Amino acid sequence: MHELSIATNIVSVAQEEAAARGVEVEAVHLRLGALAGVEVDSLLFGYQVASQGTPLEGSRLLIEEVPLTIYCPNCQAEFELAGIQSLRCPKCQELSGDIRRGKELEIVALEVKEQP
Amino acid sequence: MTKTPRILEVRANVLKDNDRLARSMRLRFAQAGTLVLNLVSSPGSGKTTLLRQTLLELSPRYRVAALVGDLATDNDARRLAESGAPVRQIETKTLCHLEARMIEEHLQGWDLSQIDLLFIENVGNLVCPSSWDLGEDLRVALFSTTEGEDKPLKYPTLINTADIALITKIDLAEAVEFDRQAMYRNLREVRPGIEILEVSAKRGTGMAAWLERLEHALQTKRSQR
Repeated sequence: MHELSIATNIVSVAQEEAAARGVEVEAVHLRLGALAGVEVDSLLFGYQVASQGTPLEGSRLLIEEVPLTIYCPNCQAEFELAGIQSLRCPKCQELSGDIRRGKELEIVALEVKEQP
Repeated sequence: MTKTPRILEVRANVLKDNDRLARSMRLRFAQAGTLVLNLVSSPGSGKTTLLRQTLLELSPRYRVAALVGDLATDNDARRLAESGAPVRQIETKTLCHLEARMIEEHLQGWDLSQIDLLFIENVGNLVCPSSWDLGEDLRVALFSTTEGEDKPLKYPTLINTADIALITKIDLAEAVEFDRQAMYRNLREVRPGIEILEVSAKRGTGMAAWLERLEHALQTKRSQR
């Protein structure tokens, strides 16, 4: 299960960002692409394990799932796909490997405790 | 009364440390003129057999070396060392993938300028290795004819990061009623335009084209220096 490795990275990057800003983290907002190869439930579990004994213990991981989006050169438009098994334009049925979104694995925000 | 949470915008790639290291290694490989390949597949697809044969056939003309990732044991490294090429085992213990830092550690003491082609055999797993950049030039995903044609549809993420799909054990295609057309279709469905090669490391089928592909990649890389 590589989700634990990913979770460990999330904790350390979030901690780094929080320390640089001098804040305490209540929640980490993560953007996760459909093609990032990460399973949400395993990641949530991994986050609990990885954050134990760190300043992030007890904080929440909030995941925004990003669907796979391709650009179809034929239709000259972007299309959001329902799955990741077929990179085919839903309009003209042509294949397109021009991926525009869906590989994200990034921390986009930190929810922090109010300073007294 | 619920307080509105205070939200700070952050933009940080979760794997930035790995990516940064991979970038710096890619630079080192480029300076040394070493072509680096990352071989990924499920367990039992024939990575080690292919790699052993590849090392044997390249070694009279090129300086080759290999790093081999496994959860435990150094059996594969010993099998590969029979080829005479320098080989090091990376035991990942509980990790199901290789990370850039492990490559960096295990390269210590090797003079990259004395290596033309470096092969990295990733841990046998079709999910975990996807996210970790190892600084390679080409990521090669192996699928054996015995695994069935729907593997690409089951593991689209990994294939989506691969540059070449290598269909192995092609000598068994007939015996296992391998549907070549379905395999090609499925590979291209999840990774449009992917380059596909077929080999049998045991019988030698397709080996010439595979080796030629590697030599071509090496020449291209060196001409860009």
